[in-house]
Amino acid sequence: MSGIQEPFSEGNSLIHCLDPRGKIIIAGLFAVMVAVAKSMPAALVGLVLSLLCLALARLPLKKVILRLLVVNSFILILWLVLPLTYPGDAVLTFGPLSATRQGLIFTALITLKSNAIIIALMALVATVPVVTLGQAMHEMRFPDKLCHLLLFTYRYLYVFEQEFHRLVQAMKIRGFQPRTNLHTYRSYAYLAAMLLVRSYDRADRVFQAMLCRGFHGIFFSLRTFSWHRRDGVFVAAALLALGLLLYLEWWMPDLLVRIS
Amino acid sequence: MSEPLIELHDVTFAYPGAPHPVFQGLNYRLLPGKHVGLIGPNGCGKTTLLHLIMGLLRPQSGRIVIFGQEVKKEKDFVDVRQKVGLLFQNADDQLFCPTVIEDVAFGPLNQGKKPEEAVRIARETMERLGLQGFEDRVTYKLSGGEKKLVSLATVLAMRPQVLLLDEPTAGLDEKTKERLVHILKNLEITFMVVSHENHFLEHTVKECCHVHRSSCEFISIHQWRDSL
Repeated sequence: MSGIQEPFSEGNSLIHCLDPRGKIIIAGLFAVMVAVAKSMPAALVGLVLSLLCLALARLPLKKVILRLLVVNSFILILWLVLPLTYPGDAVLTFGPLSATRQGLIFTALITLKSNAIIIALMALVATVPVVTLGQAMHEMRFPDKLCHLLLFTYRYLYVFEQEFHRLVQAMKIRGFQPRTNLHTYRSYAYLAAMLLVRSYDRADRVFQAMLCRGFHGIFFSLRTFSWHRRDGVFVAAALLALGLLLYLEWWMPDLLVRIS
Repeated sequence: MSEPLIELHDVTFAYPGAPHPVFQGLNYRLLPGKHVGLIGPNGCGKTTLLHLIMGLLRPQSGRIVIFGQEVKKEKDFVDVRQKVGLLFQNADDQLFCPTVIEDVAFGPLNQGKKPEEAVRIARETMERLGLQGFEDRVTYKLSGGEKKLVSLATVLAMRPQVLLLDEPTAGLDEKTKERLVHILKNLEITFMVVSHENHFLEHTVKECCHVHRSSCEFISIHQWRDSL
């Protein structure tokens, strides 16, 4: 069984049933708005909205938390650095270092915003199988090259994963054990180079096979999507919620805390 | 005698950097209605011959004539590829669309068919190969045998007049091989098949062609079997 899986794309929740195009648009708008938000209320409401979507999508909680842990391990580094280096009023002092109020608030803001965006993307975009995502993007007139890059990458990711495992197994059965020495580094370098060369060759052969079937630079899509009433309702509700975000960001940025 | 479908005259081809050319002054002709097995040791140029016919490789000298027309430029080969189908050795090279139906319809769509028409042809072809119900299967999740049969469907959906098959039985189980034999036996078009498997060739072709550097030596399947 392949290690590459899409556990979130399977399901029959309300969110799973929505037209992928609506979800992509809303997820995109939401991500941009939350990313540029500078105020605490907007970030908090963003997190609440994304949690709402997550609840509606009924995703397996354990896997969601695992993914969030990965993202938050990077954010942990920010918590170690930012409060100590951000200029402002000192609130905590550890020997020569001091954490500033502004630094703490700023780091909290980043934490809220990144979690809100990741959760929203999991609930809205990861609930669409990658293949459907590519087709929906094509339908939405995203640039052809982008859509096909996505679909091809996804298609051949499996092939390269298998190729990688074959190579690793070939190394293992001849007694290879990674250690901290030149032999190990060299072997890994060979492995990476071999994968690169093979994928280049494969790309060549795939293109040849496409030429043999009359490919002349244009892709045709067979997939059609249908827009239901529930999609209209979802997009309208989501736009209202985004309006609320905008309102909080513009008119009451200092509702909870003053940043500067 | 009828016009040959494919002719190679005095073809010389060498891979860049290789010490010896694969072909030197090679002559070859394929007559309509023939079912030919291409045989010879690894590296003797069987696959190269197929790729030269499809225009994926270009000879350094010599002439290639297909359906009575000399083919030289990419533009000429674009027309050839509408009428000659090539089944690649590795199905993972051939199948690149997310779902089976899209992959089988890819060729007909390139031929300018409307989507409904392309889907109809794709379904018909798949039915002929016993692949009903595979339409929405995801190509990379198929088994090796299924991938091979779907690849064959993608080529046959273009309704070629000549079919070239590059080691179609490699890595297949007996049951899938039997299916392939059955399909090829009932195929009405001319085909050339590269294979190392005696049993498979005995059941699918009437004559074999031993590929050498400068000649292709035709022998009947019986002669060949007796020589083994």
